[in-house]
Amino acid sequence: MNRRGTLLGHILRHAVLIFGLVIMLAPFVWMISTSLKPPNEIFSTKLSLLPNNWAAAENYTKAFTKVPLLRYLLNGVIVTGGIFLLQLIVSLPCAYALAKLRFKGRDILFTMVLIGLMIPAQAPAIPRYVMLYEVGLLDSYAALIVPFVFSAFGIFLMRQFFKTVPDDLMHAARLDGLGEFEILCRIMLPLAMPAMLAFGVISIVTHWNDFFWPLIVIQTGDLATPPLGTLFFRNEEAGSDFGPLMAGTVVITAPLVLLFLAAQRRFIEGVTLSGMKG
Amino acid sequence: MIDANPAENPGERRAAYALVSPAWVAFVVLLAGPSLAVVVLSLTDWQLGAPTMNFIGLGNYEQLFADRVFWKSFTNTFVYCLVVVPGSVFLGLGLALLIEGATFGRAFYRAAYFLPVTSTLIAMAVVWEFLLHPSVGLINVVLEQVGIRGGDWLKNPSRALFTLAGIGIWQSAGLNMILFMAGLKAIPPDLYEAAEIDGAASVWERFRCVTWPMLGPATLFVTVVSGIRSFQVFDTVEVLTKGGPNKATEVLLYTMYTEAFNFFRTGYGAAITVVFLVVVLALTLLQVKAGEKRTHYG
Repeated sequence: MNRRGTLLGHILRHAVLIFGLVIMLAPFVWMISTSLKPPNEIFSTKLSLLPNNWAAAENYTKAFTKVPLLRYLLNGVIVTGGIFLLQLIVSLPCAYALAKLRFKGRDILFTMVLIGLMIPAQAPAIPRYVMLYEVGLLDSYAALIVPFVFSAFGIFLMRQFFKTVPDDLMHAARLDGLGEFEILCRIMLPLAMPAMLAFGVISIVTHWNDFFWPLIVIQTGDLATPPLGTLFFRNEEAGSDFGPLMAGTVVITAPLVLLFLAAQRRFIEGVTLSGMKG
Repeated sequence: MIDANPAENPGERRAAYALVSPAWVAFVVLLAGPSLAVVVLSLTDWQLGAPTMNFIGLGNYEQLFADRVFWKSFTNTFVYCLVVVPGSVFLGLGLALLIEGATFGRAFYRAAYFLPVTSTLIAMAVVWEFLLHPSVGLINVVLEQVGIRGGDWLKNPSRALFTLAGIGIWQSAGLNMILFMAGLKAIPPDLYEAAEIDGAASVWERFRCVTWPMLGPATLFVTVVSGIRSFQVFDTVEVLTKGGPNKATEVLLYTMYTEAFNFFRTGYGAAITVVFLVVVLALTLLQVKAGEKRTHYG
C-alpha cells in the first residue's frame, strides 16, 4: 500500500477510524460501565461512563450467586477442551496418512474431507439428536462433545501442513526403524505446533461460542455452556436487573476476549485460513 | 525427489488404513450418515418418539411450499443476507484500506475492530438487547440528545429484521476486514509505482486502477463467505425476537429449530433442513469456484 499522503489525509484517516471504533466498541464499554452501576443510575437517562456510587461488588456478587457462572465457564472449558483433544486424536493420523502415505482409496477419502468442509454444522442436527435420544445420551457432556469429533477443517488444515514437510525426514526415520505411528508422534507433531495452534484457535472459538447445539441437547442448568448459561441468566432475570446481567455477560465474554488479546496473531492467521469454520 | 519404490507397499498400506480408520468411522457415523439421514427423514411423516414412520414421498415439501410461514421465513433470511452481506463486505473493505494505509496504530485498529468477531455472540446479544431498550437503552438515549425519538427497535415489525441485520454487520465486519487485508498484502507494491508513472496520481485513481481489480477474486470470496455465514443467522433471533413480532424475524434455521425441536415434527423439520442445506451448498460451490482463482490445493 502507498503510505505517503498529506497531513490532512492522515488526520482524516485516523478520525474516521476512531469514530468507527467508538461505535464498534460501544457495546463492550457500555456493558462494563453498566456492570459497575447501581439501578437508579442505570435507569437514569443521563449519560456517564463511570458510576457516582459504585455498585460493582453487588452486581458481580449477584451474578455469581444467582446462577452458577463459574460452572458455565468450567463447562465451556471441559467441552471445548474435550472436543479439541478428540479432534486432534482423530484428525492428526488421518491427515498424516493423506499427506504422506500411499494407499488405495486415498483420493476418495480426501474428496470426502472436502465434501465434509461444505456441510454446515446445522444440517446433521436432527439425526444426531435422534441418535443421542436412542442411546439415552441427551443432556450430557457426551452430547455436547461427541458430534464434533470429526473435523473436516482440522484434517484439511493438518494435511496441507504435513505436505510441506520434506519426505527425506520420514525416509531417514524409517531407515532408523521407526513405524509410521512413531514418525507421526516423534517427528511430525513437534513440527506441526503452529498449524495445531491455528486449528485450536478456530475449534475453541467455534465451540465456545456455539449456541445452536447446546440449546437443543441440554436441559439441565448444570451442564450449560457459557452461551446457554447466559440465556438462562437473562431469562431468570426477566431482562430487567441490568447491573448483575451485564456483570454476568462481562464474565462470560472475558475468557475469549483475553485469549484473543493474548494470541492475536494466531487468531488472525487461523481465521484467515478458515473463513471461520469448526 | 523421485521415490525409489512408486508402487504401494503392503506395510505402508496397512499403516495408512490403521491411521485413517478412526477418522473414517467418525466421518460416516457423525457427518455423512446424519447428513444423508436428514434427506431420508424429510420423506417421512415421523415425529420423534412416535412408534410408526411412513414414507410420504414429497408430502413434507408440498406442505412446506404451501405454508405462508415458510415463505416468510425464506424471504426474511434472504432480506437479512441482502443487508448484512453488502454492509459487512463494504465496511470490511473500507476498514482494511484505511488501516493498511495508516502509518501507525495498525495492529491496534486491527485488534479492536476484530473484537466483535471473537466475542460470544449470545452474551453480546443480551448486551444489545439492553442497548436497544426503548426507554433506557444507550441508543435511544443518545438519539434523544440530538432530538430523535428512537422508538422500539425489536418490537416494531417493519424494523426488527433490520435491527438484527445491524447487529450482524457489527459482528462480522471485522472478519471481512481481516480477509481483505490478506488480499491487499498479495498485491505487489511495484504495481502502484507503475500506475503512478502511468499517471494515476490520486488515491482514487490508484484504487480504481490497481487495488480494486487486484482484489476482485478476494472480494468474490469474502462476499460468498459472508453470504454463507449470514444465511445461518439464528443466535440473535432466538435471544432477541423469537421470530417475532408477527413472524417479522422468522428465519430458516429458526423455523427448522422450532418445528424439529419444539414441536418434534421431525420429518417436517428435516425437509426445512434440506432446503437450508441446498442453498448453503449452492453458495459453497460458488465459494469453491471463487477459491480456485485464489489458491491451489497441492
